[in-house]
Amino acid sequence: MCTDYHPLSVNDPQGHQPARAGAWTRRGFLQTGLSMMATASTVPAFLSNTGEALAQSAPRGAVNTPGVPDERVLVVVQLSGGNDGLNTVAPVGSRAYYNARRSIAIAEGQALMVDSRGIGLHPQLGEVHELIADRRGAVVQGVGYPNPNRSHFASMDIWHTADPSGGRGAGWIGKAFDAQSQAGDSGSMGCISIGNEAPLAAHGESFKPVAFESADLFRWTAEDIHPAVAETYRELQQAEVASAEPVALPGGGTLPMGPEAATDATAFVQRTAMDAQVASMKVRRAVSAEPRTRFPGHGLARQLRSVAAMIHAELPTRVYYVSMGGFDTHANQQGRHFQLMRQFSESVGAFQAELEATGHADRVVTVAFSEFGRRVAQNASGGTDHGAAGPVFVFGPQMPQRLVGAHPSLTDLDRGDLKYKIDFRQVYAELLDNWLELDSMAALGQRYRHPGIFSA
Amino acid sequence: MPIPTRLAPLPPEAFGLAEARHLLIRAGFGPSPADVHAAVRDGLEMTVDGLVGYPGTADPEPAEPNVDPDILRPYTYEEQQQLRTARQRNDQAALDRLREERLGRERQDRRQFARMQHWWIERMARTTRPLEESLVLLWHSHFATRYRDVEDAYMMWQQQRLFREHAQGSFTEMAVRIVRDPAMLRFLNNDRNVKSNPNENLARELMELFTLGEGNYTERDIYHAARALTGYTLEDHSFRFREDVHDDENDKRILGRTGPFNGDYLVRWLVKQPACAEFIAFKLYRHFVADLSDNRAQWADWQTATVRSLSRELRRNEFEIGPTLRTLFTSTHFYDAAVRGNKIKPPAQLVAGTVSSMRLPWRSGRLATEAMRRMGQELFNPPTVAGWDVGRPWVNTSTMFARQNAAAYLISGKGPGERWDRSDIGHDPSELLEDLDSTQAYRVVDYFVDVYLGPHTPEARRAPLKRFMGDRKNPTSPDVLVGLMLLIAAMPEYQLC
Repeated sequence: MCTDYHPLSVNDPQGHQPARAGAWTRRGFLQTGLSMMATASTVPAFLSNTGEALAQSAPRGAVNTPGVPDERVLVVVQLSGGNDGLNTVAPVGSRAYYNARRSIAIAEGQALMVDSRGIGLHPQLGEVHELIADRRGAVVQGVGYPNPNRSHFASMDIWHTADPSGGRGAGWIGKAFDAQSQAGDSGSMGCISIGNEAPLAAHGESFKPVAFESADLFRWTAEDIHPAVAETYRELQQAEVASAEPVALPGGGTLPMGPEAATDATAFVQRTAMDAQVASMKVRRAVSAEPRTRFPGHGLARQLRSVAAMIHAELPTRVYYVSMGGFDTHANQQGRHFQLMRQFSESVGAFQAELEATGHADRVVTVAFSEFGRRVAQNASGGTDHGAAGPVFVFGPQMPQRLVGAHPSLTDLDRGDLKYKIDFRQVYAELLDNWLELDSMAALGQRYRHPGIFSA
Repeated sequence: MPIPTRLAPLPPEAFGLAEARHLLIRAGFGPSPADVHAAVRDGLEMTVDGLVGYPGTADPEPAEPNVDPDILRPYTYEEQQQLRTARQRNDQAALDRLREERLGRERQDRRQFARMQHWWIERMARTTRPLEESLVLLWHSHFATRYRDVEDAYMMWQQQRLFREHAQGSFTEMAVRIVRDPAMLRFLNNDRNVKSNPNENLARELMELFTLGEGNYTERDIYHAARALTGYTLEDHSFRFREDVHDDENDKRILGRTGPFNGDYLVRWLVKQPACAEFIAFKLYRHFVADLSDNRAQWADWQTATVRSLSRELRRNEFEIGPTLRTLFTSTHFYDAAVRGNKIKPPAQLVAGTVSSMRLPWRSGRLATEAMRRMGQELFNPPTVAGWDVGRPWVNTSTMFARQNAAAYLISGKGPGERWDRSDIGHDPSELLEDLDSTQAYRVVDYFVDVYLGPHTPEARRAPLKRFMGDRKNPTSPDVLVGLMLLIAAMPEYQLC
């Protein structure tokens, strides 16, 4: 059997250099500028104006000239619970598919066909189908990893850490940022995740993501209790930070407080508190803007609506992370999966429409994955059990192929499961190297052959 | 003046408010003003004796939960028969029913596990033996084991009992017991460690993370230690030694000694290595004194020297934790200005310490656990076998709000995004003022700040609080005091201890 991922040593068509310095220039300036301000002793007086100052220093339009994408953004959509890939991207041309799924298969006449080889989308994926037809979306088929783990937790950890041997260590996005961010840069907004805890994928060794359940809760919520409390709170968050330099101690040495450079703990928490105030202000201001298009009211759409607003407000954020649950369809899955597909499709469709309307579509790629697909055969309860490989969706400005890779065989199975064709780390590698222009080597520990999402 | 590194005793008269607060916040979670003032009156010796001698005090609340060992019991004989018959007959309905039953038990186990999590954080907040809970948390992060991998609440509970039993006793005995602990054996796959095919996972972590620290052993030592641990497995919820798969050859060569090592003998040999005393002293120092990096090159000289002094103390006490801590907590080093107020509170301490120091009513174990997850610390689910990181990684832009909002919820009863009115407060903070002989606004601020942020807090940081109090008509009314406590607990400095 041929393995599907190859560490690249030579012959890499993409040339894999570390991220171009230019990719970070303007936002790099905003970041550095901000942390320099935050460490200066004069900050408190200016803190409340920081947002305005930043808005003025970065006039919109200068960067988003139509046709000239500036900073590229990646949006990760996590479909939690193990999405039934076979009923999402259905091999309706396959007899084995109908044999394995007597009561839950997608009927050939209802599937939204992607190509003439008998691959069709779930009938509720109308918006997704349209994007793929327009070459603004693609399906990477049969994505998985060796020795698949069927535990939700374990498999999700594997996807997050890019470590199929045990799902240990830091996250793939976090590690990509580690190489970029300065130690102790607690105020970085490089990655924003919506959800009540930041995903492991976004935790680096030193890099940490910004996470909130909703923008309105990304603040000190006790300020609602009384205006006088709110006023004093703001005053207290703007401490005079006397020095962020290492604090020399009598008897020699400095105070080491963690893995980062040695500085005083008080200065560190005061600086972080100010960074948090600034980040909160920027996020909440961004999200309060009304979208140009209509978004449905359900969970994923609400999250993507906030993401679109933050992209439009040009936050210094390169990766957004959102999620949608409920995919663990063990019993009577048809109605449930129908709804899930509709919500997913409507959300992605609305998001792309908003990006088009605001002129950012050319600089945003969205990728949607699930921790595993489900077994090929349905179970006795009209549902499906935990399986292995599944499809990954990618949406972006110019997708040369509608289907990347071949659909896994339905007859050549591994104990009832699809055999993966493309290692998920290959997908990560291409997103990092070719889209974000971050070093995939730093994130993944080795080179992976690109599946050809952005170049046929 | 140089920082003392020899753990010489602090003169009793040097034990004032700052020292009492420091001791109680480091050896526990968060003292109330009354606790701090009582410690000053009792003096250093008596206060340390009370902390370290906790086994002599009455059992704290809430009492230990009843954890049901039978939820995830193995199949009974009848069930095995049913399963076999169903498989033979390819009876899908029966197989589904059996599977459904099993899934139901797993769900039940996850609920039982959640109750354990809720219990523990409540116990930390309400206990009369703060050092016990602090030590159990230290050992849990040291011998880090994850429910997410073990997937058996009763096993995690057995391990917790082990830590409680040995928390301030002999480290050696605790380490010997941990290689017989079912949760650990399952977590580190020692149930697959057999003579014909040694699995090195437990042996490696035993050396790297539990006893010696990286760089103090060779790959060959690990291989031979793995052989010594073959056959250490579990059956249902109990340790089982399987002689048939244990390698009993006497040619195992580990750290310079050759012999018929088994697990117990191995652990005792590891603890005798000089590196072990240094490593455990480092862990104690990092837990109670300073957020040291794993990388020794980053330590200041005085920190390196003090860890060495502590390791000598540990060996002198034959790895008994209680007496070693007694020496540490009565040393001049422990109270040095370079040490005080310079450590970041772990989330568990932030939650438990806020409740205990402000004498708040216990609100909800579920919400406290959720808040801790947002801050990056889920009890019984450390991120890896290396346990939780310490120090700065706890605090960043997101967790800063998570921490401020958790404290605000505990104080006011207002959860993020929840509607609230003052009847949710449920406590009267003026009861905290019992050791204050004044009702003047600025005195109240100083009285609280000295305990909650420390006497070293500069006047410039107290001034906004004093203005807030000074502007109120009735500064010692419960409402205003709640406002003051909310503000103090939202200050960046409140993240430190």
